[in-house]
Amino acid sequence: MKDPFIGCKRPLPLMKGLAKEFYDWCRQGELRFQRCKQCGSFRHVPREICADCSSFDWEWVRSSGAGTVYTWTVVERALHPAFLQAVPYAPVVVEMAEGVRLVSRIIDCPPEDLRIGMPVRVEFEAVSEDISLPCFRRT
Amino acid sequence: MTATGQACIVGIGETAYCRKPGSGLSQMALQLKAALAAIADAGLKASQIDGIMPFPNLGKAEALAANLGCADLRFAATINMGGAAPVASLRMAAMAVTSGAADYVLVPGGWNGYSGERVRETSAGDDDSIPGAQIARDYYMPYGYTAPPQWYALMARRHMHEFGTTAEQLGAVALAMRGHAQLNPAAMMCGKPMTMADYLASPMISDPYRLLDCCLETDGAAAFVVTSAERARDLAQRPVKVLGAAAGQPYPADEITNRREFHRIGLTSAAAEAFRQAGVTPGDADFAEIYDCFTFEVIQQIEEAGFCARGEGGAFVENGGISLGGRLPVNTHGGLLSHAHSLGLGHVVEAVRQLRGVAGARQVKDAEIGVVTGWGDFGDGSIAILGR
Ligand SMILES: [Zn+2]
Repeated sequence: MKDPFIGCKRPLPLMKGLAKEFYDWCRQGELRFQRCKQCGSFRHVPREICADCSSFDWEWVRSSGAGTVYTWTVVERALHPAFLQAVPYAPVVVEMAEGVRLVSRIIDCPPEDLRIGMPVRVEFEAVSEDISLPCFRRT
Repeated sequence: MTATGQACIVGIGETAYCRKPGSGLSQMALQLKAALAAIADAGLKASQIDGIMPFPNLGKAEALAANLGCADLRFAATINMGGAAPVASLRMAAMAVTSGAADYVLVPGGWNGYSGERVRETSAGDDDSIPGAQIARDYYMPYGYTAPPQWYALMARRHMHEFGTTAEQLGAVALAMRGHAQLNPAAMMCGKPMTMADYLASPMISDPYRLLDCCLETDGAAAFVVTSAERARDLAQRPVKVLGAAAGQPYPADEITNRREFHRIGLTSAAAEAFRQAGVTPGDADFAEIYDCFTFEVIQQIEEAGFCARGEGGAFVENGGISLGGRLPVNTHGGLLSHAHSLGLGHVVEAVRQLRGVAGARQVKDAEIGVVTGWGDFGDGSIAILGR
């Protein structure tokens, strides 16, 4: 399928703080989530401390990369100028095996084929010299 | 909140609402017009207002007070809950007037939502627009997940998957609001009835939301005035009592996707608290004005407020369930979907009209208890139980 985001100047994350750390791992081809060193719970989006046990101790742990589609929407009318040419496209929430969820997209799945529960695996797309974004492919 | 019924809404005001060619007024002028109408409705002078609670990002209390001649402003606050702000402000205003922090609190809001900057294209654009703005920038926007109908569409889709909620049930919400608008000459969609075929044929915006699932964008403003029950006795209108009021947040409130209980929203805890304060149950409500930014949010709030169990909202809204004459008339003025986008203030104004018994052709007969809700940002919620 044709990539709806080809030629699309997508808004990019501000590479600062924990977001920079998250995306720096992505640029190395690794999806990593914070895991609390005290209670072992994973979290996303990145946060300073563990909401379960208040610990400041955490580490970036590599994800298995496997997840399933939790929910999605198909955008047919762009509501941000960067995506005017990209419609239709589908932001998807993926639930990872680690239990955390993230917003992403499935690069090899036309919107009409999306199903909740569909198994997917992470990949990375370089969107600038410094930034790679996690995306997914059907498994 | 403090003791039930000790705070009242004593004045309401609105401007006309319009789309093309626009109000021709500044955002501040629109709000002042509505504020003055509400103050006059109460039988007060503007100089008597000593508390102001502006809507987030739409005006400052200092500027409103300077224009209105409020020389003794003692209380000013803004609740950053987007569309949940007006009802959350009602709750805080009630706390202010019963604690003595202020005597007369004005809650205004208004904008050029059609002719000015379009909210749909700006919502997650800058750092201060919403509480989760930086998260949206870093983790949502790169995927084109940028605007309210898209944020909430993910919730609607998941609800449809888990509970079998259908497109026709979303449509039933849109149709009920449109039906009520036919009875309200002030509604933008008065004279423009809609059928289910019209609904289903409307273009998809962000699946499952079609154009006719989305609220209107309009210019206009509304306002209300809150005081204590004691002071209310000397004013112009029969007071509408705040029997219970609460606000709440989903968890986490600044990020939509990682909620362990995905369908729990701010209203879930707030509604339980407000009904408990009021000493009534959802079944006691004669009507509800429910913040209807999109159709599914009405279904979700009906469930989370306890009008029915989670998952049963789709069936609840079908077959005239939320139309006048149904089990719970919802948005008797037409709501954001078919009246105007009055930021949720119009829902409060309509609830007061119903409880005053002055709602004309759309009056709920013998209305004694009404519920009004707010919804904002990533699912913040507010609710007030009002009584006559
Ligand atoms: Zn922990």
